[in-house]
Amino acid sequence: MLVNQFLILGAVLFCIGVYGVIARRNAVMVLMSIELILNSVNLNLLAFALRNGSVDGHVFALYIITVAAAEVGVGLALVLLVYRNRKSIGLEELSEMKG
Amino acid sequence: MVAQNIAFGIVAAIMVWGALRVVTVNNVVHAALWLVLVLAGAAAQYVILAAEFIAITQVLVYIGAVMVLFLFGTMLTRARIGAERELNNKSWWLGVPSAGLLLGVLTLALVSGFGDEELPKDAAIVSTEQISDQIFGPYLLPFWALSFVLLVAVIGAIVLARKD
Amino acid sequence: MFAASEAAAETAAVALKSGWFLENAWIIPIIPAVAFALIIFFGKKLPMKGSELGVLSMLASLVFAAGAGFQWIDRVNGASEEQFIDPVIKTWTWWQSGGFDLTIGQHIDGLSLTVLVVVAFISSLVQIYSLEYLRGDRRYTHFFASLTLFSAGMMNMVIADNMIQLILGWEIMGLCSFMLIGHWWEDGANSRAALKAFFTTRTGDIGLLVGTSILFFSANSWTQEHLGVSGFSIRGLSAWALTGNPGSVAITAGAFALFAACIGKSGQFPLHTWLPDAMAGPTPVSSLLHSSTMVVAGVFLVARLFPVFYEGMNIYGSSMNFITLIGGITIVIAALLAFVQNDIKKVLAYSTVSQLGYMMMGLGAGAWLPAVFHIFTHAFFKACLFLAAGSVSHSGSHHSFDMKKDMGGLRKYMPITFVTWVISTLALCGVFPLSGFFSKDEIIDNVGHAGYDVFMIVGLVGAFMTAAYMTRATYLTFFGEPRGAAAGEHHEEDSHGAHDSHDDHGAHDDHGAHASHGPHESNAFITVPLIILATLAIGAGFLNATPFGEKWENMKKWVEPRPVVVADMDHGSVGEMRGLRTADTMPATTDTVVATEDTIVVMEEGVSGEAKTAPLMAAAAPAESASGEEGHGEEGHGSHSSECGKKTPDAGVCYAPYVKHAPFKWSKAALSMLIVFAGIILSWLVSVQLYTRKAGFFFGLTKRNKLLAAGHAFLVNKYYLDHLYEKIIVRGIAHPIAKGAYWINQNVLDGVVNGAGIGTKGIARWVYRNVDQRVVDGAVNGSGAVARGAGGALRPVQSGKVNQYGALLFAAAAVAGLVLIIINT
Repeated sequence: MLVNQFLILGAVLFCIGVYGVIARRNAVMVLMSIELILNSVNLNLLAFALRNGSVDGHVFALYIITVAAAEVGVGLALVLLVYRNRKSIGLEELSEMKG
Repeated sequence: MVAQNIAFGIVAAIMVWGALRVVTVNNVVHAALWLVLVLAGAAAQYVILAAEFIAITQVLVYIGAVMVLFLFGTMLTRARIGAERELNNKSWWLGVPSAGLLLGVLTLALVSGFGDEELPKDAAIVSTEQISDQIFGPYLLPFWALSFVLLVAVIGAIVLARKD
Repeated sequence: MFAASEAAAETAAVALKSGWFLENAWIIPIIPAVAFALIIFFGKKLPMKGSELGVLSMLASLVFAAGAGFQWIDRVNGASEEQFIDPVIKTWTWWQSGGFDLTIGQHIDGLSLTVLVVVAFISSLVQIYSLEYLRGDRRYTHFFASLTLFSAGMMNMVIADNMIQLILGWEIMGLCSFMLIGHWWEDGANSRAALKAFFTTRTGDIGLLVGTSILFFSANSWTQEHLGVSGFSIRGLSAWALTGNPGSVAITAGAFALFAACIGKSGQFPLHTWLPDAMAGPTPVSSLLHSSTMVVAGVFLVARLFPVFYEGMNIYGSSMNFITLIGGITIVIAALLAFVQNDIKKVLAYSTVSQLGYMMMGLGAGAWLPAVFHIFTHAFFKACLFLAAGSVSHSGSHHSFDMKKDMGGLRKYMPITFVTWVISTLALCGVFPLSGFFSKDEIIDNVGHAGYDVFMIVGLVGAFMTAAYMTRATYLTFFGEPRGAAAGEHHEEDSHGAHDSHDDHGAHDDHGAHASHGPHESNAFITVPLIILATLAIGAGFLNATPFGEKWENMKKWVEPRPVVVADMDHGSVGEMRGLRTADTMPATTDTVVATEDTIVVMEEGVSGEAKTAPLMAAAAPAESASGEEGHGEEGHGSHSSECGKKTPDAGVCYAPYVKHAPFKWSKAALSMLIVFAGIILSWLVSVQLYTRKAGFFFGLTKRNKLLAAGHAFLVNKYYLDHLYEKIIVRGIAHPIAKGAYWINQNVLDGVVNGAGIGTKGIARWVYRNVDQRVVDGAVNGSGAVARGAGGALRPVQSGKVNQYGALLFAAAAVAGLVLIIINT
């Protein structure tokens, strides 16, 4: 097994996630794309852990999973709040930051 | 080693296909289900990478808890369960060059950085004990910090989602 | 001499027959699991929308299960009388972690085969019934997929070889139950009921996980050492409970935790509240999941790990234990609730809860076999009752389930439904010689025999109430004057009210056509399953007809595990161990070479020879064994090895405790028959007064008497348990947390922010006077002009659209990465 096969798989997933974050309009879908990105990072960490024969990568992968869970929780709470206030979770309509 | 490569190839193909579906289908629930496929594939890759515990955690936390959150989020916001036309931005095309550029750069970096480097063969499976030794040893401080993150996330989610 | 005995015993031990179906019983849950996947992926494209796959897979499972059942019977018949019938166990390693193997596999014995056959059989009939009942439903394919997955889950749980696999099946059932109760989730009430069922059973399921963990950590080292299996293995846990000298704290805690899960799943008090609400699902679901199969999962778990509960709950040890207590309370409170229901399915739901209470009470009192047999018989008549109720609403009362508003007098229009309903009702009441009699009466009888006198009375009271509320339901549905839809009145969609519109949701495109010709008999898809089930409701009891002597007690022979000491890894091969036992106490058996201390007696006379040689052999055997042989034949059976469950055997292990069996007496049966008929007649008379004549002593009694009115309100509100759970417990726990967070938000955080604000203001003022006015202003005025120009130029970039920001961010990152690469190479 090459190191690169895992790393490149991670890169592909990362980029698909990036595309999703940019292209999606629905906030829930954006969160899903972020999950893709986080997973690709985990894949990298574990590949490196195996390459270096160290356990640290596993620890960080676990931490990332935890943070991802927290992120989804808060993210969906935000989405819910936005939905309550605007009856929509389209990100395009959230343009108060327009300069 | 050949078996592992074949397994990797199959799972990787499924994952990439699933990931593409996640960002292209026009139905939130279907996207969530495709995401399950990708996450399960990731768990399988972890097993190939000799990381059992992470694989199990992945299944429990992601496929179990996070997916339920997603589905709840979908239901609570009454996003239409069926297909939606306008799930994409008007400027969705911006994603293609950005992601493409990023992929090109990453691939370039990886190929030039690691080339044909092999992973160590028949590495021992990392046991849960080793991981816990690390977490509760050198990485104890991050662990505490993480606990606070979770606590804050829980309280924050309640405060945000509360009705009154 | 010893060698001879060993050889002799080997032949006895090897004689256990097996067969292809038995060895490959693991296929049984695989079939519906595969069918589920096929239905989900290809169902909508098939000519019958995937329902054919569901029905076919269930029929295939039924064939396999029946085949395995017959081979098991063969195996038991081929074995000697006193031999332990080894279950057919196969395991595969599923998952390895840290040197520990998690396995999946099959543990096939009489109990699992009984439940397997029942599940496969009822599932097949219910799916056939659903072909008609859900014709045209908008989620027809998904319905069959869920139903098939449910069967796969249940069968997986039943054949499970270890607790992990059992939990897997258990949770699949929970999930399918949720999906099926909420099948018509567009109606808020249905999705609420689905959530309630899910949450309530999950509350109990915590106990399943906790109990499994406790038992695993207590038992694992012992089972690894003695049996070479993990502490999850059901066989290992049984043996450990009886022979491993488990610490009383561990096994008691484990048993209580597991029982909590059984309380949740089997709708026992106080977690029974979800089951009646679960009637919001389509009727076939109520019939399959919430009456005959899924809800017996809890009972099954107790029966499956009976040794654990036997030791942990101290069964036979005193005149009361937790299982009997819960079972007894459930019988009475559920039966009481059944009296005040107007919804025909809710009457049946409470009746199910009450009957599950009987099973639990029986298990708690050590009446293992009657309880298991009650699972078997109850499945047939309760499925029949539910399907009949569905038939009534489908064709008789225009999709209403309200007995008072929309039924009455239907016996003339729906003769087949009526007859099957009455047969099943009588079976449920336990009228001789229908199937309920042979199981329910046995439970009551055995509970009394085992010394649980109070609970025997509870059982009899329950039998009286069962007869009474079922009579009331029968009267309201099939007798008296037709009312509402039964009289041919046309209902508008919205006139149905909240709880009687279960089955309206687009399930039937031919609404108008139905209403126009009033009540009529359902078609063959519905009546044929009804007839089959009613036939079994009559006949199933004869599989274990205790009144007719031991020859009729087939279930006892086939299903009940024998309390025999078996060899473990410490004590040599199985054969050697058997040899020891044979030499010790084993009485003569048919066609077996039996070795005693110094002679070999060859028995060729068969059963008849047993009596003649028994005294010769019984020299070493306990006296009660010999006397038991002459007696009814039941007390004596198995008593030779009765040390199983009473004390730890010196060598070898036990897999099943010795259970007592009450000798049948016609006088007791006559008494309970009397009680049942009293219930039926009394209830009939009251029903006539209340619902037809609307006069007499009982009419309006609850309005006249304050105490009774309060009792009625108490019942109508279901003992206020829902209020307790939702208003008090949920509010009491969830709301303070939210309030606390809010308080911190308001007081602590705001205080900090305000304080910081005041401090900052002071500093700002000083800075303003001294620095700002004099030094900075000049610089700012200059830079302001620059910034304005730059801002104007960059303004289009700040579109306020998050996605565009994201695109910019990632593109910039990519460019930065590219720069880094170029620099580094």
